[in-house]
Amino acid sequence: MIQADAEILSVRRDGAYYHMSFAAPGIADGFRPGHFVAIAVDDAHILRRAFSIRSASTKAGGALQIIVSPKGPGTQWLVRRRAGDIINVIAPLGQPFRLPTEPVPCVLVGGGYGVAPLFELANQLRARGCGVEIIVGAGDAARLHGVVEARRVSDAVHVTTDDGSAGEQGRVTDPLRRILAEGRHPAVYACGPMAMLQAVSEVSAEFGAVAQCAVEESMACGVGVCMTCVLPVIGDDGVTRMVRSCTEGPVFFGDRVRWSDVGTVPADTLGSPEARDD
Amino acid sequence: MTDPRVTLAGVEFAGPAFTASGCAAAGKELAGFFDLTEIGGVVTKSIMMRPRSGRPTPRMVETPSGMLNSIGLQGPGIESFLANDLPWLAERGVAAVVSIAGETVEEYAQLARILRNEPDVKAIEVNISCPNVESRGQVFACDVMSASSVIHQVRRNTSSTVPIFAKLSPDVTSIAEIALSCHNAGADGFSMINTTLGMAIDTDTLRPILGGVTGGLSGPAIRPIAVRNVWQVHHVLPDVPILGMGGIATGEDALQFIAAGATAVSVGTMTFHDPSAPLRVQQELLGLLDERGFASVSEAVGVAHRGGLV
Repeated sequence: MIQADAEILSVRRDGAYYHMSFAAPGIADGFRPGHFVAIAVDDAHILRRAFSIRSASTKAGGALQIIVSPKGPGTQWLVRRRAGDIINVIAPLGQPFRLPTEPVPCVLVGGGYGVAPLFELANQLRARGCGVEIIVGAGDAARLHGVVEARRVSDAVHVTTDDGSAGEQGRVTDPLRRILAEGRHPAVYACGPMAMLQAVSEVSAEFGAVAQCAVEESMACGVGVCMTCVLPVIGDDGVTRMVRSCTEGPVFFGDRVRWSDVGTVPADTLGSPEARDD
Repeated sequence: MTDPRVTLAGVEFAGPAFTASGCAAAGKELAGFFDLTEIGGVVTKSIMMRPRSGRPTPRMVETPSGMLNSIGLQGPGIESFLANDLPWLAERGVAAVVSIAGETVEEYAQLARILRNEPDVKAIEVNISCPNVESRGQVFACDVMSASSVIHQVRRNTSSTVPIFAKLSPDVTSIAEIALSCHNAGADGFSMINTTLGMAIDTDTLRPILGGVTGGLSGPAIRPIAVRNVWQVHHVLPDVPILGMGGIATGEDALQFIAAGATAVSVGTMTFHDPSAPLRVQQELLGLLDERGFASVSEAVGVAHRGGLV
């Protein structure tokens, strides 16, 4: 994990999103798919913004690429930067996706710009001899990201949109269900909105596949000190704790996250108000 | 060069900048960013008797030059803190200022009794002002009687060589009155200010954004409030040390607090922006004091009350 002033190499619009690349000396070497970067924005917004790292190149001192969805003032400021501008970054952060030890077929599921960490994951899985199918989904065609790139790094790509404006009309779980029904995919990797991750985890569990999900929770620091990005997760001991998605995540096993309880503190959580009344 | 060492109620610390409670966990996460032994010390997240889950999310809202939080004192409880966190700090020679919080006066007393056996506790910060506890009536810091009874109990259960700092809330009519009563009850110093209570509403859903409905406002937005509070308390108790905090982002910010009467400073919310901020602020502060001819930090404490630079 390194904190550095990084020079922006390029900012390029791509549909509803922006591709951003910046020099990241020393950071690219430690990158594993699932890691994220926390970026400081303008002075008026004191909290860092967290982004999944899309890819890292180690050439020429190293560079990182991210996908930015400019939906708030901080990300809008960020996409207005130009090549040569300097931003302060901290990376790589968080727990990455765990790779299978055997060369097994895997399904990767990305919702919207959540597909960002899956390309490099696909590369690494294929380098280990794993088969890779990628499902790319979004609300509509404008918010689909990386379909072409997905084709380049996988054996098959399935595209879904809620409104049918691209690919198959429906949810990512429709093709996921069909693929898992073949009974030969033990591993599912997903990144996207919480509701999608919940659905992917449920369908995976139904077919006995292990799902790893990279969550997107709102963070203030990204480094484990602020305690804002918590969600209820079941530990190895069976106890639910409010766990930080920045340090213990962002990648969690789908069957450990209490998806329906995200945004609450379940009564049986360690140290919950109800538990303390005992 | 200005001597970086500061003495707070008889205890010497390596530098004038500290982390702030609730903004540095128990220190470990910041160790990758700077050497924790170079700053004054780590003020831990408030420790309670039992594990505590904290509040539901969303726990945070960014606001102009600041943020609101409703974490709700999530923590592992004192047993886990003593088994894992305090030894980690002690083994590395990091000065530990342990913040404690309780739901009852007795819980504070219990925490103090447990910490009494811990030689690695350099000082205790008594968090009597966290606005996030579930029972709204229990903000001890806003009431003279309850604030002083907590301080009295912690003081009588703590070794005389370990100073206790009362963490004061700005959400009171007269901060000086609370400070005087806490001092009479045995507080050796003050930590100030805690967050000030705020709220934000989502204009799409028209509901409060925070899971905890209200939350503590922190960051540069509250800095002038903090400087004013430090000024007022130093005015009535010029010999009582103050650990000043509230939106400190730079050495210049820290210098305002020192001049208003703080003996040392804590860097809180800005650590979220820049995890290296505590050490950077300390270096900047020492540079500014040196430029102004101060041989030690203590020479500059409260200088604004004495006509400033002459």
